[in-house]
Amino acid sequence: MAVELLAAPAPSRSTRRARAVALAVAQGVGTLLVVSLLIFLVTQAMPGDVARVVLGTRATPETLATLREQLGLDRPIWEQYGTWLWGVLRGDFGTSLVNGMPVSELLAGRIRNSLTLSVVAMLIMLPISLLVGIVAAQRRDRAFDQGFLGTSIVVNATPEFVTGTVLIALLGTTVFHLLPPVSFIPPGDSPLAHPEAMVLPVLTLVVSGVMYLGRLVRIAFIDAMSSEYVQTARLKGLGTPRILARHALPNALGPVIPAASLVAAYTVGGVVVVEYLFAFPGIGAALVEAVNNRDLPVIQAIVLLIAATYYVLNLVADLLAGGEPQGR
Amino acid sequence: MSAPPRTEAVAASREPSARGAGLRRLWAAPRVRWGVLLLAATTAFAFLGGLLAPFDPSQPVGAPYAPPSPGIWLGTDQLGRDVLSRVLHGGAYLAWMAPTSAVLAVAIGAAVGLAAAYWRGWVDTLLMRAMDVVLAFPGILLTLLFVAVFGPLPWLLVTLVVVALVPGVARVIRGAALPVIGREYVQWAKAVGMPSATILRTELLPNVSSPLFVELGVRLMWAVGILASMSFIGYGIQPPAADWGLMVSENRTGLGIQPLAVLAPVVMIVVYTVSGNLIAEGAARVIARTEGRAE
Repeated sequence: MAVELLAAPAPSRSTRRARAVALAVAQGVGTLLVVSLLIFLVTQAMPGDVARVVLGTRATPETLATLREQLGLDRPIWEQYGTWLWGVLRGDFGTSLVNGMPVSELLAGRIRNSLTLSVVAMLIMLPISLLVGIVAAQRRDRAFDQGFLGTSIVVNATPEFVTGTVLIALLGTTVFHLLPPVSFIPPGDSPLAHPEAMVLPVLTLVVSGVMYLGRLVRIAFIDAMSSEYVQTARLKGLGTPRILARHALPNALGPVIPAASLVAAYTVGGVVVVEYLFAFPGIGAALVEAVNNRDLPVIQAIVLLIAATYYVLNLVADLLAGGEPQGR
Repeated sequence: MSAPPRTEAVAASREPSARGAGLRRLWAAPRVRWGVLLLAATTAFAFLGGLLAPFDPSQPVGAPYAPPSPGIWLGTDQLGRDVLSRVLHGGAYLAWMAPTSAVLAVAIGAAVGLAAAYWRGWVDTLLMRAMDVVLAFPGILLTLLFVAVFGPLPWLLVTLVVVALVPGVARVIRGAALPVIGREYVQWAKAVGMPSATILRTELLPNVSSPLFVELGVRLMWAVGILASMSFIGYGIQPPAADWGLMVSENRTGLGIQPLAVLAPVVMIVVYTVSGNLIAEGAARVIARTEGRAE
């Protein structure tokens, strides 16, 4: 590798690619700055005076004025934004208005829980999507394929809270009483120590994801299997498993990997509703609570975290897909 | 992505009835027909259902979570109200808010996408960067953020769903318009000095009509999903109104006792979103067939 890099100047194609990536990253940073400004301004516009929220019944004109000064609320808005952004860049999201705890400390456990939920769901979703997609492609237009397509049209259209509710009815309450309909995880515990609390939220994300990603795997495989080199391999008398593993799989993965990044983004975007549904103690449920409590610093932190993650995953999907951004 | 320019497409677009032929081809797809049929049925149910409701949807008619009985065919909800009457009333908001959002989002998104593809340069950069900012927010997050500021007003919800859906449409239509712009007849129209607005309307728009149809279906599906989810998490239609998303939220603690109070609105939401998806899938299949791709 190192020798190659020293030996010859990089080919122009990879230079162009590198430039495109650098440009996309620069644009991404710019976009995220605008996003952060937007989040800050919108949350500032929320009804209710922050100082009043904090002081509650103890509010007098004097204490209000003192607290406003302490919180910097008397300063111009752009200065407040600057202070906030500088803090965010150093990992300091301010303190919660409800209990005075640092937001980063308050959310650390929540972030870990949401991350665990998303990662576990993705790890289960990817191999199942590959398997289902490949089998459907192999049996194109036969019963399995038709059944899979029909199911995916319904499931892909179904909002996550509905999928989750149906799963609760099936596995948690009405039909079988196998799993708790509410995900109780004591604060401080890892969600992995409470698998029974993880099953339904993970399953909700997996069911939705597999139906979407499996479709893309299927189409990528159909394309790869009908390509010339696979036909040639067939003529050479190679067996189907060998063709699948050596020729079709690597080529089908090309379009599937960026799609997986899209699904990851979609999973992150879906956490608000899924966590709310199962009362899963992650950042999505924390956001709904914070909105109910008008806890501005917490709202700002969570919205920025989700938006940044969602944006970066989408950007990665675009870059992996190469060239012009794909429609989504 | 970009299909090579084909001579028959050029010929077809010069044909005055090209648009009619395109629509007929879409209508020939069974999924499109089923989708339109389901959409019409759901819309009729949502708007006219209230007239058929046997009870006042806001008044209790029995004990909470009572099972179905003669006259109260789907049982009662958490406050003892008639589930059937509430389901019949519960689509009234959704059935105007979702299609309005979808149509506006597709119209605005198509205008943005076509403009970006046609003018390229700084217009393209400016428009698509602005779309990127909106795309950083998952639809529900964007809607929740603004509803928390201004309150759950129906017109505000529609506006937010439109804002959330426009960028996706703009990207797709821009992508579909780019190859068309390179074709001879568009270049010819530019060369003879046809006004840009006329070129956009008469040359570009008819050539992206199939993707537009797909977008209408997809965005209707998303609009219903976002609006129902907002009701579910408590920032959409407010109680005591009857609303499908809200009903799922209100009655889910009684899922073990009176599942119908949850499952009846669930079925209505699913039928509604599936109608949009069927239209989108059917139209996408027609496009794939004409371009000779696998579906």
